[in-house]
Amino acid sequence: MKYLAIGTALLAGAAAAETPVLTIYTYDSFVSDWGPGPAIEKAFEETCGCDLQFVGAGDGAALLARLRLEGARSDADIVLGLDTNLTAAAKETGLFAPHAVDASFDLPIEWSDDTFVPYDWGYFAFVHNADLNAPVSFKDLAQSDLKVVIQDPRSSTPGLGLLMWVKAAYGDEAPGIWDSLSDNVLTVTKGWSEAYGLFLEGEADMVLSYTTSPAYHLIAEEDPSKAAAAFEEGHYLQVEVAAKLAASDQSDLADQFLAFMVTDAFQSVIPTTNWMYPAVTPEGGLPEGFDTLVQPGKALLLSAEDAANLRDEALTEWLGALSN
Amino acid sequence: MAWRALQLSRWPGALAVIAALALVLVALGAVILRAEPGRGLGPADWAAIRFTVVQAALSALISAGLAVPLARALARRDFPGRRWLITLLGAPFLLPVIVAVMGLLAIFGRNGWVNTALAATGLEPVSIYGIQGVVLAHVFFNVPLATRLLLQGWQDIPAEEFRLAAQLRFTKRDLFRHLELPMLSRVLPGAAGLVFVICLTSFAVALILGGGPRATTIELAIYQAFRFEFDLGRAALLSLVQIVVALGACLALFRLLPLHDPGQGLDRVVARWDRSAWDMPVILLGAAFLLLPMLAVLGQGASGLFSMPDAVWWATLRSLIVALSSAALLMLLALPIATLSLRHNAVEAIGFLGLATSPLMIGTGLFIVIFPIADPQAMALLVTVIVNAVMALPFALRILVPGLRQAVDAHGRLAASLGLRGARLWRIVLLPRLRRPLGFALGLGAALSMGDLGVIALFADPARGTLPLQIEQLLAAYRVEAAASASLLLTLCSFSLFWVFDHWGRRGA
Repeated sequence: MKYLAIGTALLAGAAAAETPVLTIYTYDSFVSDWGPGPAIEKAFEETCGCDLQFVGAGDGAALLARLRLEGARSDADIVLGLDTNLTAAAKETGLFAPHAVDASFDLPIEWSDDTFVPYDWGYFAFVHNADLNAPVSFKDLAQSDLKVVIQDPRSSTPGLGLLMWVKAAYGDEAPGIWDSLSDNVLTVTKGWSEAYGLFLEGEADMVLSYTTSPAYHLIAEEDPSKAAAAFEEGHYLQVEVAAKLAASDQSDLADQFLAFMVTDAFQSVIPTTNWMYPAVTPEGGLPEGFDTLVQPGKALLLSAEDAANLRDEALTEWLGALSN
Repeated sequence: MAWRALQLSRWPGALAVIAALALVLVALGAVILRAEPGRGLGPADWAAIRFTVVQAALSALISAGLAVPLARALARRDFPGRRWLITLLGAPFLLPVIVAVMGLLAIFGRNGWVNTALAATGLEPVSIYGIQGVVLAHVFFNVPLATRLLLQGWQDIPAEEFRLAAQLRFTKRDLFRHLELPMLSRVLPGAAGLVFVICLTSFAVALILGGGPRATTIELAIYQAFRFEFDLGRAALLSLVQIVVALGACLALFRLLPLHDPGQGLDRVVARWDRSAWDMPVILLGAAFLLLPMLAVLGQGASGLFSMPDAVWWATLRSLIVALSSAALLMLLALPIATLSLRHNAVEAIGFLGLATSPLMIGTGLFIVIFPIADPQAMALLVTVIVNAVMALPFALRILVPGLRQAVDAHGRLAASLGLRGARLWRIVLLPRLRRPLGFALGLGAALSMGDLGVIALFADPARGTLPLQIEQLLAAYRVEAAASASLLLTLCSFSLFWVFDHWGRRGA
C-alpha cells in the first residue's frame, strides 16, 4: 500500500513538471513526413519550451466537422487548414477565439479577419502529365474523355474550392457544367492526399490540386513531367488559415504559435513542403522553380459570406449531377 | 418437456432481452427525435437509396447464380480435399471486410494482376471503383454463404431418391427437373434473400470501393453526414430510412426462408452418375476466386509484418480487448436469451434485431444520447463492444439454442430429480454439455468483432481506433504495404481468436 502511495505521488509530480502540450489539428498532408509538419514542429519547439503535437484529422472540411463533433471538449488548441470557404461556418460555431497577430500579408487580396490568420495561399488547378494535351476550360474538359479525380466538397477544401470555382465562373449555369463533367469524374476521394495518390499511381489523367503542385515534382524530384492546366475562366484562389480555439487550455502558447506562423521560420518552410505560396514572403523570396508555374489570367474568389451562403445550393447541385 | 421439471430462471433471459431491446429502442428514439424530416430527402439521398437496393439485388442475384453450379459440382463430386474446401467456404465469413477488399484490390486494382495481364495484351484496364467493385466484394463474401446453403439443400435430398432416379434411368435433364429444381425453388429464394439483406447494410465495402456520390450506400451516407458535415439531423433522417429499408427486407425474408426440414441421408455424398466434365473446373474456379485475394494479402503483407508503425500494434491491442469483451458480452446476452427461448420460441426472434438494424443507425442514436452528457470519443470502444455483441446475437442464438435444448432434454429430468438448480445446474450439467457450441459462438463473436469496421468509424478519434480503422487510414494514405501487413495481422488475429475458442469447445466435447 505504501509503495502504491509513493508511486502515485511520483506520477503526480511527473505530470505537473511535464512540458505543456500544444495540440494542433490539421490536414493529413501537413503532418506527413514530407509535409511541413516535422520542420515546423522542430522550429517552434526550439523557442516555446513546449511539446507541439500535430494531429492529422482528414482533410480541411472534415477538420471542421471533427471540431463540431468534439465541441468544447476538444483537445485541440489550434486548427490549421481551413480556408475562406469555411471560415464563415467555422465562426458560426462559436468555438474560435480572436487572434492578436499583426502582419503585412503578401496575399492577392486584402486581409482583415479578427479570428483567422492566413499562412499560405494558392490557385486551384487540374494537374496532369506535361505530355497531355490539356483542356483550356471546364467546357473543354467536359467535351474530352479525360478522367479526373476530384475531392469530396463535404470533407475536403480543394473539393469545396472546385464547387466555388465553378459557381464563381458560371453562376446559375453551374449545374449544367457539372452535368457535362460528371462522366469525366473517375472518382471522388475524401481528401487531397488520396486524390493525388491516385493520380500519381496512374489511375487518372488529371487531378484537382494547385498551380503550385508541379513545383514539387520539379524541385523535390527534379522531374519536369507534371504541369497545371491554365483555364480560361480563371482560377479560384485558396487562402489557408489557422485559428485558436476558445476552449484551449494553452491560450498563451496558441497565441505564440499564431505569431510564429507569420515569421520567416514558418513561412520559409511552406513553399517547398506544403507547395503553396507563403502568406508573408520570406526574406529570401520564393525558391527557384516557382517562376516556371502557370500564372492565372484571372483570380476568382467568393467572399467568406457568399461562399457560406452558396455552399448548400452548390453542394446539392453537385450531388445531383454526380449521383446520376 | 424437461425444462418444465428443471427450474431454469426466466428473469436473466428477460433482463437480457430488455437490455438488447432497450439499446435498439433508445437509439431509434434518439434518431426519431433528432431527424429533421422538414428538409426531406434530396435527389442525392434517393440516389443513395436506389444504389443501396440495386447493389444488394445485383449482389444477391450474382451470388446465388454462381452458387448454383458450385454447390451442384460439390454435391456430386467426391475428391480429396473436399471437406477442406467446404470448411474453407466458411472462411470469408470470418475474414475482416477490409482484408478482403485489400485482397480484391491486389487482384482487380489498377496495378493488380488482372489489369497487369490486360495491359500486357493491350486491352483497356478495368476499374474496381464504383458499383462493379462493391458488387464484386459482396459476391466474394456471399458466394460461399449461398453455396453452403444450397449444398445443404442438395444433401437434404434423400439418397434414396437418387437411387430411384437411377433405376428409372433419369437423364440429367429429368434429374434436374424432378429432384434438383424443386429443391432449388425452395432454397434459392431464401439464400438470395439473406444475401440481399446482408448487403443492404454494407458500409466498409462502399467506404473503400464506393467512391463518390454515384456509389454511396445509405450507411455510407450516414457516415458522411456525420463525419464530413457533422449534420446530426441528416444522419438521423438517413438512419430512419435505413431501418425502414432493412426491416422491410427482413420481414420479406422471413416469408422466403424455408422451414428447415433435414431429410434423410444427410452427410454423405451420393454416388452420382450425372457428373459433368465441368464440375472440377467450376470447383477450381470457385476455389481460386475465394483463395486468391487471401493469398494476395498474405504475399503483400508478409514481408513488412515486423516493420509496421507502432500505431498498428496499439490498435491491435485495442482490437483484441474489444473482441474479447464483445465475445463475453455476447455470452451474457445469448445464454439467458437462449434459455428463455426454450420456453418461448418467439424470443429467438430478438436476435434478428442484429440483422435488421444498422450499426451506424445505433451508433448515430447512441452518439445523440451520449453527446450532451459525456465525451463520445472516450466511449468509442465501449460502444463498439456493445454494438458488435448485438450484431452477433442472431448467430450465437442459432448456435446455442439447439445444443441447450438437447442438454436440457437429455439431462433435465435427472438434474431436477437431484435438485440441481441455479449456478450448480449450469456448472455441473449444462455448461459442460454446451462447451462445443459455446466455443464456436465465442469464437465467432470474437472474430467478427475483431474485424468489424462500422460504428468505430463514426465515433473514434482516428488515433485511438481499432485495427480495421487503422488499416483504412493506411489505405487512404496510400501506404499500401503497411496496410497489407496490418491486414495480415488482422486476419491472423481473427482466425486465431476463432480457432482458440472453437478448439477449446471441441476439446471438451
